Amino acid sequence: MTSARRRSAGSESPAARIRGLRKAYGTHLVFDGLDLDVARGERVAVLGASGCGKSTLLRCIAGLERSDAGTIATAGEIGVMFQEPRLFPWLDVGRNVAFPARNGTERVRVPNVLALVGLAHAATRLPKELSGGMAQRAALARALVRDPHLLLLDEPFAALDALRRIELRAAVHEILTLTRASAILVTHDVDDALAIADRVIVLAGSPAEVAFTGNVGETATRAAILDALGVVEGGAYSRVRG
Amino acid sequence: MGKLVVPLALFAAWWAATASGAIKSYQLASPRDVVRELFELAQTGLLWRDLGASIERVALGFAIALFLALIVGSLVGGSRIAERALDPTLQAIRAVPSLAWVPLILLWLGIGETAKVTLVAIGAFFPIYVALVSGIHGVDRKLVEVGTIYGLSRTALITRVLVPATLPQLLVGARIGLTQAWLFLVAAELLAATSGLGFLLTDGQQTSRTDEILVAILLFAACGKLSETGMRQLEKRLVGWTDTVPV
Repeated sequence: MTSARRRSAGSESPAARIRGLRKAYGTHLVFDGLDLDVARGERVAVLGASGCGKSTLLRCIAGLERSDAGTIATAGEIGVMFQEPRLFPWLDVGRNVAFPARNGTERVRVPNVLALVGLAHAATRLPKELSGGMAQRAALARALVRDPHLLLLDEPFAALDALRRIELRAAVHEILTLTRASAILVTHDVDDALAIADRVIVLAGSPAEVAFTGNVGETATRAAILDALGVVEGGAYSRVRG
Repeated sequence: MGKLVVPLALFAAWWAATASGAIKSYQLASPRDVVRELFELAQTGLLWRDLGASIERVALGFAIALFLALIVGSLVGGSRIAERALDPTLQAIRAVPSLAWVPLILLWLGIGETAKVTLVAIGAFFPIYVALVSGIHGVDRKLVEVGTIYGLSRTALITRVLVPATLPQLLVGARIGLTQAWLFLVAAELLAATSGLGFLLTDGQQTSRTDEILVAILLFAACGKLSETGMRQLEKRLVGWTDTVPV
């Protein structure tokens, strides 16, 4: 085991710095020497085909998977949000949000983060009484309660219908702007990436490598990202239009 | 109102059959006789003695079963090594119809209280044990990950995530275990007892008193129903947060 994780709070250090990440499941090598930096306040979207290792990357940063080699350094607290809300069904919304809180300072943040995600009125409700969109908002509030420097978002909108998706995407964007937290958004949706991220990277290959990186508003256009993903957009329709 | 129709009809048929003399009292006592016997037993204090003895055996046997099932179930559910070592044996023991243990228990422990409580405990143990192990195995790994992400210690992970996540299954197991406890109590008291509701049954049989037998049966029904209702109330209070209707 040569992997190393450390958390530092130095103001100069980036929100996340990954060097030489190596991760294998059995004989399948997911990463072999992946490097990635996320600057303070930067929002990076990670795109790639299913099974390319996007989620594995996030799970390694979150400490849910052990890397086989390389270093992952993160500055300050991490908040995580998954595709599913993962709320504890026996706790009401307020207690779910308070779950990561370790002290009074963090606990008093609960009403604030609930208000931030628009759930101030729902603190005493049980998860089974929430709609999908509300449950995901509660999960977002829980991810925020420790005032994280880095938010890890693993397909957080994927299970929502189109309207809830747009709403929550706007909410996440607003909250990230407000809190100036860095974020890594793993998604398969180019629109999610463009709506939230400052920078888009595309993972491809096996082992996965950064096949494309570009800033939103500069080189990371929809067409460039789709191209990097190997998607031929439009198909027959665009050919007919010529 | 609808659910009272069948019991009332049965009661009316019972009353009519015994009052008309179509069925003799040594075959089936009339409702009147049963009520009179109930009051008589209550007045002489025998009712409370027998009821108390039975409840005590069930409570003690159930408590022992719950205690042991919590320990063994947590071990087997929480450790692969313990599971491989213990579970096959326990499953084999469980496969034996539990009443088959009766002769052995009587030989080992005699006909005293210990034998009866032991039999009740055997009956109550397995439903609780099985439910707890499957509850622990069924804990949503994704919820455990949330605890891991926020750096919960092993103890905190157990008390804040695993225990509440397992509780619904455990309570269902406990409810079934309590029903089993009453079942096994009858077996234990039918075999050898000088007190208890099962003793009322055998005493009634030996003296051809169907009123006494019916009183015992009614009391068993009442006790079983009460403990079942009590456990369901407990489930409602403790795990009302579940999204599914417990079976």
